[in-house]
Amino acid sequence: MQDNILAASTTSIAEAVRAERNTLGLELPYAALSMLGAISDDRVFYRVAQNGLTLTGYDDLPIDVSDEAEILFKTEAFRSAVIRSATLTRKISVDGRLNDVTVTVAQTREGLGEISARISLIALLVGLGFFVLAVSLSAFATGRTLRPLDVLANAVSRRGPSDLRPVKAEAPTEIVPLVTALNRFIERLETSLTRSEDFIAEAAHRVRTPLATVRAQAEIALRRVERPENKTALRQMIRAVDESSRSAGQLLDHAMVTFRADHMEFDTVDLSALVADTVERLAPLGDLKDISLRLGTMPSNAMLKCDPILIQNALRNIIDNAIKYSPGDSDIDIALTADDAHYTITVRDEGIGFSDMKTSELARRFSRGPNVGEIVGSGLGLTICKEVAIAHGGTLEMKDNPGRGGCVSLVLPH
Amino acid sequence: MRFLLVEDNPELSASVVDRLSLDGHAVDAARDLSAAEDYLASTDYDLILLDIMLPDGDGRDFLTRHRRDNRRTPVIVVTARSEISDRVGVLDLGADDYITKPFDFSELQARCRAVLRRHDGNARNEKQVGDASLDLLAGTLSVAGIPKPLRNRELRLAEVFFAAPERIFSKSHLMDRLFSYDEDVSENAIEVYVGRLRKKLEGGNVQIETVRGLGYRLVAEV
Ligand SMILES: Nc1ncnc2c1ncn2[C@@H]1O[C@H](COP(=O)(O)OP(=O)(O)OP(=O)(O)O)[C@@H](O)[C@H]1O
Ligand SMILES: [Mg+2]
Repeated sequence: MQDNILAASTTSIAEAVRAERNTLGLELPYAALSMLGAISDDRVFYRVAQNGLTLTGYDDLPIDVSDEAEILFKTEAFRSAVIRSATLTRKISVDGRLNDVTVTVAQTREGLGEISARISLIALLVGLGFFVLAVSLSAFATGRTLRPLDVLANAVSRRGPSDLRPVKAEAPTEIVPLVTALNRFIERLETSLTRSEDFIAEAAHRVRTPLATVRAQAEIALRRVERPENKTALRQMIRAVDESSRSAGQLLDHAMVTFRADHMEFDTVDLSALVADTVERLAPLGDLKDISLRLGTMPSNAMLKCDPILIQNALRNIIDNAIKYSPGDSDIDIALTADDAHYTITVRDEGIGFSDMKTSELARRFSRGPNVGEIVGSGLGLTICKEVAIAHGGTLEMKDNPGRGGCVSLVLPH
Repeated sequence: MRFLLVEDNPELSASVVDRLSLDGHAVDAARDLSAAEDYLASTDYDLILLDIMLPDGDGRDFLTRHRRDNRRTPVIVVTARSEISDRVGVLDLGADDYITKPFDFSELQARCRAVLRRHDGNARNEKQVGDASLDLLAGTLSVAGIPKPLRNRELRLAEVFFAAPERIFSKSHLMDRLFSYDEDVSENAIEVYVGRLRKKLEGGNVQIETVRGLGYRLVAEV
């Protein structure tokens, strides 16, 4: 556990070091270090060195050079305590010369027993949740900085979102510096976009793998223990894991959805096939509660210009809700209909419906209804759906079925 | 069924093996891609569970090779990445399904079952007790030759009983197998499902017997 977190913070610090003109720049990601603080009271030390010379951090922290991309773990004595350290070396070229940048993050050895580690795990999860949030927000913010560009140069605004080639338009002399600046900006943007997307993927991996281990072991333990109070404790633990991984997942998805919605990239896809695929993938989740997902008749040639990844994500959230908020042994009907101007994807369930909820409020960020009880969720699902609808010029509608249950429609103009 | 699990995290791997074995599957665990290749060269598997980030490479490359070499064993990718951020969809690379870490064992089990069912053409996986036979993949029970479709939970319950005829299963054991941890159900719920399964078994020579104070067991009359 400790190693995973040490590794995560070492990596994120190393990621933050970058070449600037002829020196190295570093904006220390404090979230990375505070993650460590969240585990326990153990003290945290760090050091960033360039070719053996300290750039920042604790001068006397012993460092070794690790292989590129390999994290080196060590247990050693430091300041009359035993520390566990993780070291990562990156080669960064500045002014044509290669520099060894070594990042070491260390923490005093977990003094407390396993029990307390388990308890503090919960605290850690919250910490990680915020870490992921910070990462998502920064990715989101990077996306936003594209906006002024649109205003600045019309030529650029006509481009597709992934077109980050330099601007080569003929420019009157007085604007040349501007174009140069613009091109330099585009270059930097490209790097940071790739970096933040990779970083999100990496962050998700680092957060979710340990969570998966904890969850799996807790589930096994749940089967083995007999005493009700132990069972209850384990259930709570699994729930905490589920809550934080659901939040992490939904936050990441939300950040990505916002990003994609800001830079719409359209594809023409067969909506019937997309709906059928999504339903097939979710069928096992329904199975778990003996809920069948029934696909109605579909128009044969429902072609739509859209971002299929976004539509799929919205539909997944709608069906996921239908499954979550319905009783076992029920049916969910999914239909796709077309009229002159719209395609409408409708999901009907036999749950309690939206009767006494303000449907407009449910689509607000983090808002959950009074019917959630013990059901795990982050309150971002409908927010995502609504943003997807808006990005396609459509709407999201929530109402009740005439008989029983909720009915959610995603209406998309074509 | 024989599964190959490719996962580098030893604790996670051990738990998955543990749990899948409980469902009666034989599971081999490979720590990395080269170990996976070794296993695949020596044995046939019904299903592969594949992690993406492995010490000696990317699971997606393995998947691409696997499909390029025309190997048909279905693959479920176990990924920790955010679904959207995955630029190259694993499904496009030939995976049959994927599950995101951390996952619910019941969900893993349900996904395995769905993939096997979709995939399996000829190989049957039937368990016979008396004149009743249970087809795990098709999810059907036939009693004295008459097919009886089962819902998912009835199927899971039948699976438990058919795997060990005569053995007594306690209510709480059955609860754990049938409901996921967060479903707040009382032990009476088991009675409901046992009742339904009994109905389906009518007309044959196999029954679910109540063993007072202990639980239930499946017995065939002779
Ligand atoms: N089909 C439905 N039937 C009844 N209530 C629903 C349904 N779908 C959504 N809701 C209500 O709307 C609220 C918001 O839904 P939303 O999907 O945004 O969040 P969530 O499901 O709580 O969390 P998550 O982000 O994990 O999906 C839910 O908490 C629930 O109260
Ligand atoms: Mg939801």
